[in-house]
Amino acid sequence: MQQQGGWIQRLLRAVKGHGGTLSGLLWAVGLLSLPALAFGADVAPAAATEYRDIPYIGSRNLVWVVAQLHLLLAGFVLGVPIFAWLCEVVAWKTGEKRYDKLAKEFTKLLTSAYATTALFGGILLFLLISFYPKLMNYLTDIFFPSFIVYCLLFLVETATLYLYWYGWDAMQDGGKKKFHIFLGFMLNFFAFFIMIVPNSWATFQASPVVLAEGSDLARAWAATWNPTWWPVNIHRLIANVVLGGYICGAYAGIRYLSARNAEERDHYDWMGYVGNFIGVFGLLPLPFAGYWLMREVYQYNQQMGITLMGGFLSWLFILQAMLIGVLFLGSNYYFWLGITYRIPGSELKYRKPMLSMLLILLLCLGVWMTPHSLVASLEEARKMGGTHHPLLGVFGVMSAKMTVSNLMILVTFMSFIMYWRAGKEETAGWAKAAKAVMNSLLVLAGIAVVVLGVWGYFVPAIVRINYFSTSQVLIVLFVMLTITPLTALLLKSAKTTTEMVWGKMPPRAGYALVLNAVMVILLMTLMGYARSSSRVHWHVYGVMRDSSPYAFSPALGYAAAIMALNTFIFCMITAFIFWVATMSDKAKAPHS
Amino acid sequence: MGGPLLKPVILIGIVYAILKFAVPNIPGSAPLPASLIFLYLMLTTSGIVIFATLSGESKDAFWGPIQRFLTGENIGNLQVLRYGVLLLLPLIVGWQTYNSTAISAAPPAENRTIHPAPPGEYTGLSNPIAKTPDAIQQGKGFYAAFCSPCHGGNFDGKGPASRGFNPPPANFSDPTTIAMLQESYLFWRIKKGGVGLPIEGMPWKSAMPRWEVELPDEWIWKIIMGEYDGAHQSPRTWE
Repeated sequence: MQQQGGWIQRLLRAVKGHGGTLSGLLWAVGLLSLPALAFGADVAPAAATEYRDIPYIGSRNLVWVVAQLHLLLAGFVLGVPIFAWLCEVVAWKTGEKRYDKLAKEFTKLLTSAYATTALFGGILLFLLISFYPKLMNYLTDIFFPSFIVYCLLFLVETATLYLYWYGWDAMQDGGKKKFHIFLGFMLNFFAFFIMIVPNSWATFQASPVVLAEGSDLARAWAATWNPTWWPVNIHRLIANVVLGGYICGAYAGIRYLSARNAEERDHYDWMGYVGNFIGVFGLLPLPFAGYWLMREVYQYNQQMGITLMGGFLSWLFILQAMLIGVLFLGSNYYFWLGITYRIPGSELKYRKPMLSMLLILLLCLGVWMTPHSLVASLEEARKMGGTHHPLLGVFGVMSAKMTVSNLMILVTFMSFIMYWRAGKEETAGWAKAAKAVMNSLLVLAGIAVVVLGVWGYFVPAIVRINYFSTSQVLIVLFVMLTITPLTALLLKSAKTTTEMVWGKMPPRAGYALVLNAVMVILLMTLMGYARSSSRVHWHVYGVMRDSSPYAFSPALGYAAAIMALNTFIFCMITAFIFWVATMSDKAKAPHS
Repeated sequence: MGGPLLKPVILIGIVYAILKFAVPNIPGSAPLPASLIFLYLMLTTSGIVIFATLSGESKDAFWGPIQRFLTGENIGNLQVLRYGVLLLLPLIVGWQTYNSTAISAAPPAENRTIHPAPPGEYTGLSNPIAKTPDAIQQGKGFYAAFCSPCHGGNFDGKGPASRGFNPPPANFSDPTTIAMLQESYLFWRIKKGGVGLPIEGMPWKSAMPRWEVELPDEWIWKIIMGEYDGAHQSPRTWE
């Protein structure tokens, strides 16, 4: 301060010494500036800023990463309550307390995960307002009624979550437990609407509709009901269940690998099984929902459909096939390991069926991963007569992909049924007939799916899309909905020949669970990019053009690097949430 | 080393032989590109590892010899082989790295999008010509005059001029070509030709003429009708 005071005093002394000269200079500057006032009067008000950027990182990259992380966290926060609530209901209905413990363990994660999701949502909103003011202005103009609904939903969701979590122990008996389950239902009910409201904003960007004149509410409502809104809602809902299940599995896998005693091993082995089961449960109908979404996209706009499925983004679907393939293989592998290790003596009995199922899965995956246009050198392309292989090129189109995805779903379902029936002997008099019916049903369904797939090449596209593909899906669903209750009925009177042993799984089972979770996260980042980049150089498809320097689609390799980064950051955030949430448990646990 | 490891090696060898030598010799087939062979071999290897590690015994039988060979003591004469493998692995990695980074005269692998997305102005169009036998017949006539030299009288992409082109003209009788597309897509492709393709479609790789300078729109729509009828295919529709 003293130094500053000295500096000011020195300045004042200098001014005093040259007062005349300085005054003259000021007058001169003032006079010379006068014409500028006249120019200033003619200047139009500054144009509104359309875009802002951030150096080095780039606004698009930053928004890409934050939006994807927010979506993944949201998927986790919306998927886990479904999972937790189902477990709580099972515990309530069957009296098995371990399901209640599992549900509580995961609900505990929700509070910190919920705050992190909201934090990323807030960051995303600020970034969007800062980087894309014109677009945000346009969207706000259309959607502001739903912004208010969204805020209200957040308020009730937060209150319900706090009641659900903090009231867990207090609401354990009788009517209170029923009320707690009702709270869990409401938590999921509000969460569903929290998901579908922002979905309407994002899907409007991809498939906008003509907005007629009318009240603000009518315009927002019309924009919300755009062609891809419900397909995305359903697809995301199921995907969130899958994400929740597999992340639960990964958590259990890691805890199993680091378990310190037999009790922990038993518990986390069982938790891994439940997580994998829920993940597979969601995974089975997911391709159907994806197919419906792509059909709607194609029907809405041929250009967008071809950009995704036949154009430069089609390579993403080959990557998708690889990731889904690993997921199917990983989930089945975990089921098979379960049969081998948890049900002693089953290995020899089921080794051959496992080999058959593995072969079918690999063949199907081979077909699914075969692109229509192959990556070939000039010489290879010359020999093939182009980049389509004359024989294997037929694997590159939807008829083949739909067929093999349905077969993979059937095989995975068979794996689950096999696991369910292992170690038990049916005693019902009609067991033989029921098993014959189930086996015939599976075989006939497999044949029907293949026949429809092959036939699909010889009929008009619309017949294949509307009838054959739908029939394939219905056949698989019929098989699942017939065999599941039939098996449950059979097992009701079955005799347990070998008790299931928990905690004996090898370490690779834990790694398989972690791998599955990573695959799901990678899949979501991949498809997030596909959905967003299908708009190409439009903020709102066909309505508002992207005129920023980033109005180009990034190269697929670059996009893959960002997807990997997003997956890595999300895994780190999830690990942090798990670590924070379980810190107190570890401190309380007695060391063995 | 032998026994349990020999089977997987033989299996991979058989799969490779089938892909490399048997599949190309099936009538109507062609050699598979290396990228596809690699993909299928990776799948085979994954399958072998999955099956071999399903139980403790099978895992030990599969992985045990490898582990013993790499880390075990008293392996006798195999010690020399171990050093050989340990030397060979980095050499293979180095060779691969050199191959992928060294300057080569060979052009890079092609990744051309055969059916890129059409421009927006073509997506909503529908064929304005009524589908009558006369119109189809006329379309086939125009096709014979303007298209068949390359795309073939049988609509199979094997016209007399086709041998001069790489990539070859499209085969319309293949159910994975025009049957997957809407009529408006064909209208765009015929009208704008190769030069009208977007970058991912590599316009420099298509010799298709820009027919809009020679043919009126009505003729193009009729050609499309004739093409579908002649190739026994139907266009993609939503009704």
